[in-house]
Amino acid sequence: MDKEVAIKIGGEAGFGIKVSGLILGKTLFNAGFKVFGYSEYPSLIRGGHNTYQLNTAKNDVFSVTKKIDILVALNQESLELHGQELNNGGVVIHDGLDIKDIKDIKDIKDININLMDLAEKAGGALTRNIVALGAVMNILGMDLQLFNQELEREFGDKGVKVVAMDKKAARLGYDYLKKFKIGAYLKKEAGSKAGDYIMTANEATAQGMIQAGCKLYAAYPMTPATSIMHVLSAKQCDHHLVVHQTEDEISAIGTAIGAAAVGVRAATGTSGGGFALMVETLGLAAITETPLVIIESQRTAPATGLPTWTEQGDLQFMIRASPGEFPRFVIAPGDALEAFYMIQEAFNLAEKFQLPVIFLLDKLLSESDFVLENIEQHKVKIKREGFINDNELERMRDYKRYELTKNGISKRALPGQLAGVHVINSDEHDEYGYSTEASDMRTKMMDKRFKKLEQMMAEAPEPQLYGPRNADLTVVAWGSVKGAVIDALREIGDKYSVNFLHLTYIWPFPAKRVKKVLESAKNVLLVENNKTGQLADLIRQETGFELKNRFLKYDGRPFFREEVIKEIKKYI
Amino acid sequence: MAVVSAAKFNTSISPTWCPGCGNYGIWAALKQALFELNLEPHQVLISYDIGCCGNGANFTRTYAFHSLHGRAIPPAVGAKLGNKNLVVIAVIGDGGAYGEGIQHLIHSARYNVDITVLVHNNQRFSLTTGQATATTPSKTVTPTTPFGEIKKPINPLLLSLDSGASFVARGFANDGQHLAELIKAAVKHQGFSHVDILQPCVSFNKENTNEWYRSVIYKLDSHKYKADNLLRAKEKAEEFEQNGKLPIGILYQQERETYESQIPQLAGEPLCRQSLEGIDCLAKL
Repeated sequence: MDKEVAIKIGGEAGFGIKVSGLILGKTLFNAGFKVFGYSEYPSLIRGGHNTYQLNTAKNDVFSVTKKIDILVALNQESLELHGQELNNGGVVIHDGLDIKDIKDIKDIKDININLMDLAEKAGGALTRNIVALGAVMNILGMDLQLFNQELEREFGDKGVKVVAMDKKAARLGYDYLKKFKIGAYLKKEAGSKAGDYIMTANEATAQGMIQAGCKLYAAYPMTPATSIMHVLSAKQCDHHLVVHQTEDEISAIGTAIGAAAVGVRAATGTSGGGFALMVETLGLAAITETPLVIIESQRTAPATGLPTWTEQGDLQFMIRASPGEFPRFVIAPGDALEAFYMIQEAFNLAEKFQLPVIFLLDKLLSESDFVLENIEQHKVKIKREGFINDNELERMRDYKRYELTKNGISKRALPGQLAGVHVINSDEHDEYGYSTEASDMRTKMMDKRFKKLEQMMAEAPEPQLYGPRNADLTVVAWGSVKGAVIDALREIGDKYSVNFLHLTYIWPFPAKRVKKVLESAKNVLLVENNKTGQLADLIRQETGFELKNRFLKYDGRPFFREEVIKEIKKYI
Repeated sequence: MAVVSAAKFNTSISPTWCPGCGNYGIWAALKQALFELNLEPHQVLISYDIGCCGNGANFTRTYAFHSLHGRAIPPAVGAKLGNKNLVVIAVIGDGGAYGEGIQHLIHSARYNVDITVLVHNNQRFSLTTGQATATTPSKTVTPTTPFGEIKKPINPLLLSLDSGASFVARGFANDGQHLAELIKAAVKHQGFSHVDILQPCVSFNKENTNEWYRSVIYKLDSHKYKADNLLRAKEKAEEFEQNGKLPIGILYQQERETYESQIPQLAGEPLCRQSLEGIDCLAKL
């Protein structure tokens, strides 16, 4: 069967919902299917409602659908909140719950399993979700071999007994389904290709940071950026990388900038609230011309907002944050693979242009599981630029850290180098780095920093146009909305003439390219995960184009594919 | 010709501090200490706060990172983690060390990173014309406390002792030789060193003058006072509140593993010299 299948597992926090979902996702991935895993959870350790939704298909899948095919309801709330999401002919697996609310869904298949009974038979109540997953594996038409492998990988460190118990639980759930006659959804067991991985964008970002030679990551935990710190912490000893947990975000960026100032590739990461605390130091990186990568994974804001939900509300903030004016990069990847490559570029760009690079993610990217296909580990080469060796320094005799150059970039001597002693100065400064308030030098230094812009624009990759060059409708979006739009376009097929302009390197703004695409566009639809359409406003500011058709969502949820399709169809 | 005195730590720029400012004494003591430690300007990174003491970035010839108000410690920590071969010092005023950025003092003391924090404590925000800071005595009249300061001042030495600092000392700006010895000991100490330096502000602090300090200060006698006991150190730190006397010298020194020494990734070459060749991030996935 070629059809995509959407499976949702719902239950109370603490039931192991996310782990279960990921085990299933990895099993399907290893069987050769593409998967996209999306989790919803409240900001609680226990209690509250958790879900993990897995969309899986033979072809690419990068987004979540509103409608689902299989619902594993581990509590009544899951049924009440998500029962109506079931497609006609959908399957509900539950443990003696009242399903009257969803009886009206056509051809609903009601699988009432005594999960707890079987879990206890397997050896422990904790295996209840594994029993349910065993049943799902049967419904999918797969055997348990790959699933068991995943159990070993996931629970191996808990000992043989635990793995054996989980395997037994899966088998009991799987066999129980034999008495129900349900057509299998998926059959293929081709196996995944070497070089393919399943990762969140946070995991991909962390791997990319290691690959880029990042040697210091200073951060303070904040959802949804924290898992970057987890991954790096676990791998730090293998790569001479120091993960330093600071007392707050101000210290995090300050520590990173200190390491960067002595020549280390350094970064910090947080969410919008933490970034707000970092803003003054962002300006310090700018005026001292210190290369720095700052990762910001957006969540639903302002203030505490919806801490575990998604939004694209920080774009304009990233572009404008800080008193004063200076050039910076703002890079917003659209999926985990882009995150892996672009974070490496971010380090190269920061070092080449000696300025802050903001790497903008969001909860949807940071915590969803993506398939990364044909990952090219050495695609982005490390380019170390802007340094000066000891001999050259000594020959110079009159080293100027902030030398006024044609392109605004001056060579960096690093603390420790004999002939390069200078002030890395937060005050406006002269070419040597000494503080000055002279009007001509102030103007010259501002101009120096802004001279970099031209080359920055030339080096940043342009936004990509997906689909035909000429179309009846052009969808415009940035960052994480990519998945929903790409999948929507694939689903509606060639009979609709739609293309898609996706922005990733957003600042400096690629005005030329955007203008060109919009000039030839017949009709434009902006899709953005925020209240006001910040990209649309930016486009107006930078190109003069007014995007009137704005499809905006700001309820903490990502765009579901169906709503994007419905919206697109309104315009064609 | 090579300069063979503390003058090698001078830049071409002359200090802009007020005549009689305590900063001159601290500046001279710092340069003398670096000289006596046989350090060269390029081996030292000083992270400066902003304010009067921060302006020292322009007058003192070492690598300097002139940071933000209250934020001199985090870049100092980052620089030390990035290049452990550097001697890293943070120069901060009482406003930045005990007010705006107080958390950085507490936490870097707690994890015992090997940096030296020199606090120019003149009990005022002087560059901004003399407002009260966290160390301004109660009842003091300043532009922001026209009816006298209501708040109780912080005791910075008690604070760092309680935070786990492994070297805590108090010096006096106008006793240069004594202060230079303290700074030398602080820099030599492996771990977090905090030196609170009492400093007259001739423009905005008319109470705590040079003469006043000289009437209340006494030097700890190293034969009589042993700096190895935390409780005794705390008593000494609180002496002013008890009997109006200000002991100067090393109040506390403890041998303790530094933060860096417990990070295995820092065992070999400094981070800034690690090769970026042949990285294989996916190897162990």
